[in-house]
Amino acid sequence: MSANDRSSAKEQNSSASQAVSYFRVDGASCASCVNKIESALLAVPGVEQASMNLVQGTATVSGHAQASAVVRAIDAAGYTAEHLVNQSDQQILEDKDRSEEAYYQRLMKEVYFALGLGVPLMIYGLFIGEMTVNTPLERFLWLLVGLATLAVMYFSGRHFYVGAWKSFINHSANMDTLIALGTGTAWLYSMFVVSFPALLPDMARHVYFEATAMIIGLVNLGLALEVRARGKTSEAIKRLIGLQPKLARIVRDGQEIDIAIEDVQLGDQLRVRPGEKLAVDGRVLEGSSSIDESMLTGEPIPVTKQVGDELAAGSINKTGTLLYEATRVGKDTALAQIIEMVKRAQNSKPPIGRLADVISAYFVPAIMIIAVLSALAWLNFGPEPSLAFAMVCATTVLIIACPCALGLATPMSVMVGVGKAAESGVLIRNGEALQAASKLTTMVLDKTGTVTKGQPQVTHIELVNASDEDHVLMLAASLESGSEHPLAQAIVASAQARGLATQTLENFEAIAGHGVRGTVAEHSLLFGNERLMREQGVLIEPQLDLAQQLAAKAQTPMYFSIDGELAAIIAVADPIKDDSVAAIKRLKENGLRVVMLTGDNRATAQAVAKQVGIDEVFAEVLPKQKAEKIAELQAQGEIVGMTGDGINDAPALALANVGFAIGTGTDVAIESADITLMRGSLHGLADAIAVSKATLGNIKQNLFGAFVYNAAGVPIAAGVLYPFLGVLLSPIIAGGAMALSSLTVVTNANRLRLFNVREG
Amino acid sequence: MLIVNLIGLLVIALIVWWFWLYKGETQAAAVDELVIQVANGSYQPSQIAVPAGQATTLRFFRSDESPCAAWLIFPDLDLSEELPIGESKSVLLPPLAAGNYPFTCQMQMYRGNLVVSES
Repeated sequence: MSANDRSSAKEQNSSASQAVSYFRVDGASCASCVNKIESALLAVPGVEQASMNLVQGTATVSGHAQASAVVRAIDAAGYTAEHLVNQSDQQILEDKDRSEEAYYQRLMKEVYFALGLGVPLMIYGLFIGEMTVNTPLERFLWLLVGLATLAVMYFSGRHFYVGAWKSFINHSANMDTLIALGTGTAWLYSMFVVSFPALLPDMARHVYFEATAMIIGLVNLGLALEVRARGKTSEAIKRLIGLQPKLARIVRDGQEIDIAIEDVQLGDQLRVRPGEKLAVDGRVLEGSSSIDESMLTGEPIPVTKQVGDELAAGSINKTGTLLYEATRVGKDTALAQIIEMVKRAQNSKPPIGRLADVISAYFVPAIMIIAVLSALAWLNFGPEPSLAFAMVCATTVLIIACPCALGLATPMSVMVGVGKAAESGVLIRNGEALQAASKLTTMVLDKTGTVTKGQPQVTHIELVNASDEDHVLMLAASLESGSEHPLAQAIVASAQARGLATQTLENFEAIAGHGVRGTVAEHSLLFGNERLMREQGVLIEPQLDLAQQLAAKAQTPMYFSIDGELAAIIAVADPIKDDSVAAIKRLKENGLRVVMLTGDNRATAQAVAKQVGIDEVFAEVLPKQKAEKIAELQAQGEIVGMTGDGINDAPALALANVGFAIGTGTDVAIESADITLMRGSLHGLADAIAVSKATLGNIKQNLFGAFVYNAAGVPIAAGVLYPFLGVLLSPIIAGGAMALSSLTVVTNANRLRLFNVREG
Repeated sequence: MLIVNLIGLLVIALIVWWFWLYKGETQAAAVDELVIQVANGSYQPSQIAVPAGQATTLRFFRSDESPCAAWLIFPDLDLSEELPIGESKSVLLPPLAAGNYPFTCQMQMYRGNLVVSES
């Protein structure tokens, strides 16, 4: 079978596995089109069922037909079709950009038309003449203006009225409702003045057509600018999605072919050259290269990858050419999961936004009630012409109130903040975690793998009742081969380095927080800490001094006994991460109490803590006690963040106010914690806290601004200042203020994009 | 003047009743067939009934271009989906316990309610 045959066979396979697919069909507008399209679809080989939904403009096809054949059939029937499923995130994004741009252009046209009428009218009213109806000529001219305004309402403002009506019949109300009511009231009143001037006192014969046109223009302008600004809030996710290349170079039968990334399957072999992006997650089969994972993990230094190493989709191959095998594809790649998580988190709300949510649920009807009340107040107590005053104030109240500013305040900032964090390799699970992280008072750090590299090495072997170091190490390694503890792996690695072959292990038992026991070559072996030896009655007292000396040098002494007798003390040290000291300093500068938590012995733990500048240490803590320590701190009134590797520390991470899982590269289990640090550095922790503080600050500014704006704007619009200062707000100013208020919120949120995460 | 005031108060009473007190009917019909239209500032239908304890797929079709309509959020389920314009989007919901699960746009202007009940 040639490569081409195989690839087309595979295409068929992938279509076959997709039993139902959807197509967008444009141009279908009548019931007869449905029949025509459906019969065209059924004629395609492999189509078993087909149905066309006219309302949605989509066709649903089941069977084994190729998507391209279906599209051709619909095209041949005289319509245009597009395959909807299996669209990559990138295509969806491009579509979105296109439709946003079209929406923007349309809004701008509406703006020009509305302001084209509104601005000259406003200038006339302000500087040239009176906008009153006193003579028949004025009546006629204002009637023409009224009709022109109606055209503006139809062409530029139709969406407000349709939206308001549709919401109304659904028993809901939104911004459209307010704009439609406000502009509608102003126009109807003005038309009433033009039609029946005699029914009104002289002073009340004022028309407000300019207000209707200006408000429609300004609010549309606000919407258009908001569309632009909102696009920027999702830049981070766009960048992440942009990391995914569209094509992958796959190697089959010695030939390299470029295929769409969606078609790469598990086990496929792929080639990547210097400067190219990795298409899917995989494992290196051939070659070595340095890989830039900074876009994913925030780790600026490229990582060297060799045969057997894991690769992540979206990272950039810098120097060598690699052949690798796909291990995770499609939605399973680390990149896809990161994108998914960021998307989800970007729309979750921190608790601080809940009050605004409650308010916005009642906001619009409440504003309508206030508008009616203010009109009644003016009619009852206002000076003449009270009807005109009542109308102007009610309109201004409706227009100035801005549910958008309130509703946008929290989500816009979260959107930008979560994206910003993701850019520096910090994945925030949801808004709650974001808010909690900004309030932390204590940070608990696990030692191994968090403060230290988590790759301990054997540094010292002190034989006690034995003479053959290799034999002792071989037995120890045989025993430890059963354990997954990092310290155990250090022993095994050390034996391997000496070329010692391990022997069969029997009766293995791990004693959590103490050590391990088992039988090797008929010797009963024990390996573990002081506590284990004491419990098992092994004599260690003569060696305690040595053990303490080792511990003081930040090495972990472990005891190894053969047949109940101490054979050796093996010391293991875990080097401290290069930037732990600087990162811990940053945490402390942020006012956090930093505590180290470890199962390691007290002396070693204190030695490590001293090196990195931590004053408080909880040592010799059993895994199950870690959560208790967190609870103790919380009982002291602390808001506790816990940082660990996400697996061994799961209960403590869960109990902490914010659990941080620290990973190395893209291996980290993304789902395991409130906040995931993609790179191993503790700087990620300080970054996460800095971003959450900045985001929460931004949300507070937005909420404060939106509350104050509405709380001050609505009463002023209702005319509360009039009795004291004699001022009233013009509905046009209200329209401008309203358009500006939500734009301000979005712009302020965008300011977060400029926030510099890394100070250290 | 009395009449004007009475009319005003009546309007307020109507607003309270229409927007806050009125409870709409729920759309219980086969959810599989149902397409929730996102258009003109609302979800249509906005009251959806589904049985408890079963995974459900809701299909949304967004024709509303306003950026407000772009995101669909189920706050109680920690779930959000971006709705593309002019295409149907399936949203998979896990089996749910009986209760009300509101869904909204990002700023809660578009509102719907998923009513999960024991069948």
